Amino acid sequence: MLIITCPWCGERPEIEFVYGGEAHIARPADPSALTDQQWADFLYNRTNPKGRHAERWRHTHGCGRFFNAVRDTVSDFFVATYKPGDARPDVEGDVQ
Amino acid sequence: MSDLISPLGTLAATAADIAAARLSVIAPATQLSFRGREAAIGPAGAGFGVDLPRQACRFARSGARLAAWLGPDEWLLIAEDADPAALQADLQAALAGLPHALVDVSARALGIAVEGPRAAYVLNQGCPLDLDEAAFPVGMATRTVFAKAEIVLMRETPERFRVEVWRSFAPYAWGLLEEARREFA
Ligand SMILES: [Zn+2]
Repeated sequence: MLIITCPWCGERPEIEFVYGGEAHIARPADPSALTDQQWADFLYNRTNPKGRHAERWRHTHGCGRFFNAVRDTVSDFFVATYKPGDARPDVEGDVQ
Repeated sequence: MSDLISPLGTLAATAADIAAARLSVIAPATQLSFRGREAAIGPAGAGFGVDLPRQACRFARSGARLAAWLGPDEWLLIAEDADPAALQADLQAALAGLPHALVDVSARALGIAVEGPRAAYVLNQGCPLDLDEAAFPVGMATRTVFAKAEIVLMRETPERFRVEVWRSFAPYAWGLLEEARREFA
């Protein structure tokens, strides 16, 4: 089982959490001004990287809060977790 | 509240007395869920009579009242000495003009005490947290899981835990606790 560090509760078992998709995707301020392609990009298209990925998690069976994490999609290693609203932290380049 | 029939009544009445890990039902009490931002936290503690703990995953107790941190803007308030309406009125007076949510959840969960030298071991059959005293000290409270049920777990003494489990999950949690402690019978 993975251990995930909640920014509030500390190290906790993976089964207390749910995944929430890619992080740092802001809803467009004026959706009706967007083209269909731009709206589709917002709704559906994600970076899907091989390597470090900033993503949302929720500590559902804990403090209930959403937070962000940088996880390596190759090794499943959690590089960092941080509170929502904080900028993506500088982390070392891709390592396995 | 106390006028509801506890789904644990028969289970508790027929439970074996196993000293390694005793199970008992905690008497129903008033429970409120309080949520609020910074400005409301101090007044809520003043109105409740127990300062709301600001450290993550801790509870504070004073007499018949207990306040447990469940999230950065969420606390569980338990009072054994007041009915929900009276307690809500007290808190709402203290919180006048401050945005907050205060919900009576007295009927939502049932309390189970797990007590004895193997209490942590028994809980660990369904709860994945490290329950060593270094990682889960006396005074700690948190939402977590027990097998497939969500619970609030508090450590009251080194060998006594309080489990708050939603009413419909209570017989399930009780049954698994019984199963887990059977090896000590
Ligand atoms: Zn948490």
